[in-house]
Amino acid sequence: MVGSIAAIGAGLAVIGAGIGIGQVGGKAMEGIARQPEAASKIQTAMIIAAALIEGAALFGVVVALLGNNPQ
Amino acid sequence: MDCNQVLVSKVKKVIVVFTLLIAFLSIKIDTFAQADSAVVPVDSAVAKTAEEVSGEHAAVAHGKEKFEPTKVIMEHIADSHMWHLWGHTSLPLPVILYTNGGLEVFSSAHFHHGEEDYQGKYNKYRLEEDHVKVVGADGKIDEEASVLDFSITKNVAAMFVAIFVILIVFISVAGAYKRRVGKSPKGLQSFIEPIIIFVRDDIAKPNIGHKYAKFMPYLLTTFFFILFNNIFGLIPIFPGGANVTGNIALTFVMALGTMIIVNINGNKYYWKHIFKPDVPFWLYPIMIPVELIGIISKPFALMIRLFANITAGHIIVLSLISLIFIFETLAIAPVSVAFVLFMDVLELLVAFLQAFIFTLLTALFIGMAVEEHH
Repeated sequence: MVGSIAAIGAGLAVIGAGIGIGQVGGKAMEGIARQPEAASKIQTAMIIAAALIEGAALFGVVVALLGNNPQ
Repeated sequence: MDCNQVLVSKVKKVIVVFTLLIAFLSIKIDTFAQADSAVVPVDSAVAKTAEEVSGEHAAVAHGKEKFEPTKVIMEHIADSHMWHLWGHTSLPLPVILYTNGGLEVFSSAHFHHGEEDYQGKYNKYRLEEDHVKVVGADGKIDEEASVLDFSITKNVAAMFVAIFVILIVFISVAGAYKRRVGKSPKGLQSFIEPIIIFVRDDIAKPNIGHKYAKFMPYLLTTFFFILFNNIFGLIPIFPGGANVTGNIALTFVMALGTMIIVNINGNKYYWKHIFKPDVPFWLYPIMIPVELIGIISKPFALMIRLFANITAGHIIVLSLISLIFIFETLAIAPVSVAFVLFMDVLELLVAFLQAFIFTLLTALFIGMAVEEHH
């Protein structure tokens, strides 16, 4: 039971990150399509933003992993 | 013509995917039925009829030890006092303990995979869930006893292997630069040079500015250390296979290094931004604690990110391999192996990306700390 709740928690955390990284990636694509010469700068900024979003999601996943400890 | 070919290949792909899906589902239903019958309590009176119905299945399930994926996966990603090679063969590693009596060094082979206790110089020791515990006079584990464990565990040994490889690579490359001054790079040199240039031009220079040279040694060290350990973690056989960068203690020390370097190099504008930000003074009680938390939370995020990414990758690969043993059929093996191969290639990207992100964010934080006011 604890395991399934932890799994739901991890899944919820991943939904948020999915939306966030999708937005970042999509907008970066648009930006690169508009200005291909700025591609490398946009990519770096995109990866930083994606990493920050992912960090927030991974907090959730780690909490789920730690919480999955039936005592 | 061209369109038609694409369509045909798409239709073929769809057929393959559906066949695999149907195969997958049919096996799943089968094994779940088996698992259900295995759960039935044998002792209770009610279960007797159920046992008769599923007697055959129950006999099969009871004959073998039940496979527990969570236990196996956790065993593989956790640290250990032995380095598992193949089958029942493990490489014993030294156990180094600092107890109340003094220093104690012995081989983990004395534990016989946790089945036997070892009588040391000062105490009796037992291996429980891969942790060395002191055994008291009554034969039970003495939780009060203070033991500091400095053992060369699997992770530490794997880290030494990675450091050894890094040293060989970089000493030979540095030697090549000395020997071949002004000439074009050759061999290993021409493989490593673009990566070093990449760290310098794409990570250090844009984020730190003209003072980048001072921080290059640290950035290059973190980058290559994480990269090599990540890649060694992906190799399933002996010199690799340890979950080094997926160990929170290691990522903690690396993040601590970043935190110390950022705060030592912080100039007066960095500290002014924390203790005297450009906001109305009545906001200070909120702003200063927030900024102080920011000092800690930035490296904390670095620590969690690397740890969680690498651990998650290992768990996914091991889960996909576990599918074969959960379904207890070879039919699932091609699907499982194909997915594992895909995940391994993805993990190769992640191995590079995480080394890149860690170094990039370190450079970014250093850049924020050394930035001149304008």
